[in-house]
Amino acid sequence: MIRFEHVFKRYPERGEALSDIGFEMSPGEMVFLTGHSGAGKSTLLRLIGLLERPSRGKIFVNGRNLASMPRRQIPFHRRQVGMIFQDHRLLPDRSVFDNVALPLVVMGLGHKEIGRRVRAALDQVGLLKRERATPVALSGGEQQRVGIARAVVARPPVLLADEPTGNLDPDLSREIFVLFERFHYVGVTLLIATHDLNLVSSMRHRTITLDEGRVVDDSGDW
Amino acid sequence: MANKRAVRNRSPRLLDRPGIWFNHHLQSIIATLGRLMDTPLPTGMTIAVIGISLSLPASLYVMTENLRTMAGGWDQSAAVSLFLKLETSDKDAEKVAARLRAWPEISQVHLIKRDQALAEFRALGGFEEALEQLKSNPLPVVLAIYPNHFNASPENLERLRIRLLNLPESDFARMDTLWLKRFQAILDLVQSASMLLGGLLGLGVLLIVGNTIRLEILNRRIEIEIMELVGATHAFIRRPFLYTGAWYGLLGGLTAWLLVSIAVLLLQRPVSRLATLYRSEFDLSGLGLSATGVILGGSILLGLIGSWVAVNRHLETSELS
Repeated sequence: MIRFEHVFKRYPERGEALSDIGFEMSPGEMVFLTGHSGAGKSTLLRLIGLLERPSRGKIFVNGRNLASMPRRQIPFHRRQVGMIFQDHRLLPDRSVFDNVALPLVVMGLGHKEIGRRVRAALDQVGLLKRERATPVALSGGEQQRVGIARAVVARPPVLLADEPTGNLDPDLSREIFVLFERFHYVGVTLLIATHDLNLVSSMRHRTITLDEGRVVDDSGDW
Repeated sequence: MANKRAVRNRSPRLLDRPGIWFNHHLQSIIATLGRLMDTPLPTGMTIAVIGISLSLPASLYVMTENLRTMAGGWDQSAAVSLFLKLETSDKDAEKVAARLRAWPEISQVHLIKRDQALAEFRALGGFEEALEQLKSNPLPVVLAIYPNHFNASPENLERLRIRLLNLPESDFARMDTLWLKRFQAILDLVQSASMLLGGLLGLGVLLIVGNTIRLEILNRRIEIEIMELVGATHAFIRRPFLYTGAWYGLLGGLTAWLLVSIAVLLLQRPVSRLATLYRSEFDLSGLGLSATGVILGGSILLGLIGSWVAVNRHLETSELS
C-alpha cells in the first residue's frame, strides 16, 4: 500500500531530514512510527500526503508513484489519504458537523449523502450529539476525535496520524488508539507517528523507529 | 477492497452531479454576498472606491455623447450658401433651385432673391448710406441649401459644395465646415482621453479588488490550508474568491451607474433651460442600455480578473501545492 525506496529529503536551511528511507506497508497494516522529535517522523508523513516532495527516491501509495504525480492530481491523491494532526487543524468558526463535512463538500457530494456520512463518522468517534457545537466548546480529546472523524469521513484507504495524542493524558490517548485499532480491523492502512512508547509497546503492532532521518529499527509484523 | 471503496466513493457523485454542481455555485454566490454584508463598512468603502473610479470615465463618455448629439443637430442646420452669378435673374434662379431640389443629397433649397437680400442687408443697419451710393443692387441671388441629414458629414458637405460650384450659374459657394471639423476633432480627442482614463482607472479597480481579495485570503489562510489538506482542488478554493471579486465589480459598477445617473438628473433642468435659450429642444441623455451593459460587464470582468490574480498568486506560493 505504501512503499518507500531510497527516499531522501533535504531542506536548504536544516540539512538532511530523511536519508535513504526504505520500507513497505501492506494494505490494512497498522504501523507505529517512533523516534525523538526531529527524527523525521512528520516529514515522512508529509511526503506520503504530498504536502512535500522528496528530494530523491520513490514513494508509492496505492500503486502510484508520487514523484511523477502532476500537481493537478494532488487533491485527488489527498482524498485517498486521511490526515490527523496533533493540533487538530479544525476551523474554529465552524460547527463540528461542518468541520467533518469539509472533505465531502470538497469532493462535491450531495447534501443528503454528506449528512449521512458525517453522522456515521461522528457516531464512530462518539460525538454524534455534539454536531452543532463549535470546536472551541470541546475538550482536547473531543477536538482530536473531530479531527479523526474528518480524516475518515471520506473513507480513505490510508490514514496518517502525526502525534495524535501529543496533548492528551494517558487515558484519552488510549481511547484514541483503540479507535485507530477499530479502523485497522475494517481494513484501513494506518501509519501513526508517536513518541508515546508505553502505548506503542502495549499495542503490539509493527513499529518503525527513526533516528536522525534514518530507519534504525523496524520491528516487523507482530 | 480499495476498489470497492473507490466505486462507492464515486457513484453518488456521478449520478447527481449537475444538480450538485449548480447548487454549489448558487450557494457560493449567495454565501459570498452574505460574507460581504457581514462587514458593511469595509465592503461599502471598497465598492465606493470602485464606483467613483468607474464613474469618472463613464461621465466623460456621457458628456461627449451628448455633445455629439448636439453637434448632430448643428450638422442638420449647416447649409451651403450658393451665390449665383450677378447676371442671373430671379427667374433663372428659380429654375436652378428647382433642379437642385431633385438632387438626392439635398433636402431643402431656400431662395433669397436679390431685392430680398438687399432688404435684409439694410435691416442689419449701418450700411444704408453706403447702399444709397450704389446705382444698382450689388447682391446676387443666394440659394441656401440644406443638405440631407444623412449626408451631413463634413466630407460629404465639402463634396456637395464642389459639385454646386461646378454649376454654370454659380459664382461662389461658402460652407464653413472648419469649425465643425475642429469641434468634432475635439470631441474625438476628449473621447480618446476618456478611454485612456477609463483604462487607467480600470487598472486601478483591478488593483483595488486584487488587494482586497489578497487581504481576505490572508484572513482565511488557515481555512484555505485545511481545504488543501482534505483534497480541495484549486478551482474549488478559487471559486468563492472569484465570486467575491465579481460581486465587488457588479456593486461597484452599479454605484458608478447610479452616480452618473444622479449627475445627469441634476443637470437635466439647467441644460434644458440653456437649450431653450438657444431655441433648441436638446435633452440631456444618460447612460444608454448598451453603455450600462459595458460598465457592468467591464466592472464584473475587472473584479474577476483582480481576484483571479490574487488567489492564483497565493496558491502558487502555497507550500502545500
